[in-house]
Amino acid sequence: MLVKMTINGEKHEADVEPRLLLVHLIREVFRLTGTHIGCDTTHCGACTVLLDGRAVKSCTVFAVQANDRTLMTVEGLEQNGVLHPLQQGFVAEHGLQCGYCTPGMLMTSYAFLAKHKAPTEDDIRHAISGNLCRCTGYVNIVKAVQHAATAIAQGGS
Amino acid sequence: MIPATFEYHAPTSVQEATALLARLGDDAKILSGGQSLIPLMKLRLASPKYLVDINGLPGLDKIAESDGFLRIGGLCRESDLEESELIRTRYPLILDTCRVIADPIVRNLATVGGNLAHGDPANDHPATMLALGAEVVAVGGSGERRIPIAAFFTGPFTTALRTDEILVEIRVPIPPARSGGAYVKLERKVGDFATAAVAAQVALAADGTCARAGIGLTNVGATPIKAQRAEAALTGQRVDEAAIKRAAGLAAAAAEPAADLRGSVEYKTDLVRVLTARALHRALERASGPGR
Repeated sequence: MLVKMTINGEKHEADVEPRLLLVHLIREVFRLTGTHIGCDTTHCGACTVLLDGRAVKSCTVFAVQANDRTLMTVEGLEQNGVLHPLQQGFVAEHGLQCGYCTPGMLMTSYAFLAKHKAPTEDDIRHAISGNLCRCTGYVNIVKAVQHAATAIAQGGS
Repeated sequence: MIPATFEYHAPTSVQEATALLARLGDDAKILSGGQSLIPLMKLRLASPKYLVDINGLPGLDKIAESDGFLRIGGLCRESDLEESELIRTRYPLILDTCRVIADPIVRNLATVGGNLAHGDPANDHPATMLALGAEVVAVGGSGERRIPIAAFFTGPFTTALRTDEILVEIRVPIPPARSGGAYVKLERKVGDFATAAVAAQVALAADGTCARAGIGLTNVGATPIKAQRAEAALTGQRVDEAAIKRAAGLAAAAAEPAADLRGSVEYKTDLVRVLTARALHRALERASGPGR
């Protein structure tokens, strides 16, 4: 079945089996390997991408369901060689150690900050509760998201 | 993990979808949010020959009050409920529930209709809808019918829906003034099924006695459980500590949990007693508070 979609502003198409999962289409067909596969059981959130602006676990969506829709992956955050404020926040606040969960954390946080301009720590912890990190204990991830919220409020993108 | 092969259909109207379901029969499964079905397919616990994707059906994602009912479209996402001003301000029991289902990312796709139609006794909306006295609207080849929620769950992962029927709407009677509800869930971690959970909804009469009580239990039986004796024990009574204690005991007696990694039968049964009391306290607080 032929599917077409826009990912990070670029048009993509592929002929896929209906059973192909979206994360495999993104990684193995379109070679956008920033999106990770962690648990493969809908728990960890490492595969989180935005589907029409909503954060979804791409291991639990069929590629055919993304037909004619708009996606954003972690590769879409950086613009013209400049890291997104969220990425800068993760660097500044040491929001990652091994980095495996980071693409998912970034995409979830991106969708969250689009709706919540001045989140509290509790809001952030609730928002990222479907993304597991086994290194940081979340403290620095929360700080990184706060860092980005502040940067965006002060005029970042 | 790769699911078995299947044939994919994406109908664009309810009529087209029900005709497809009638034609494909028991080999077909409806794909709604997919957050239960796709994991089951990946584990090959489900290998349907045909998937009928209903996400393209128009008009099934509304949340609105009309004709005395709160009407929730079958394709309404859990996160839509969580963000709905109507739900936030007037339906605390539903808000409590949708905030503890799976995790926030899963809730961006998971649908209310799917949470009910899956028929999983561990799902959270069933108990809540039992407590609220909701009804389910199903559309099939022979038209539309309304199914009272108490008659909807017929066995584990089995509902009153026929092969060609789609759950298109959930109707909740708009609670009268001085109503309140609460959902209290114990889970080991975010995203886990409930060890046990209790939904409670109460309406108070002018004299402060309980005009109506609804109590639903999650994951302590082969189906979601309506704790009818506990409800009856509260109705018409002044809901004081003694009445709550009695109702909590009756709710625990209605539970039929199985022992598993989450706990023993004794533990879960006693948990239902404790959670029922907590849910009733919170529901009463809300019923007596400002607004609804």
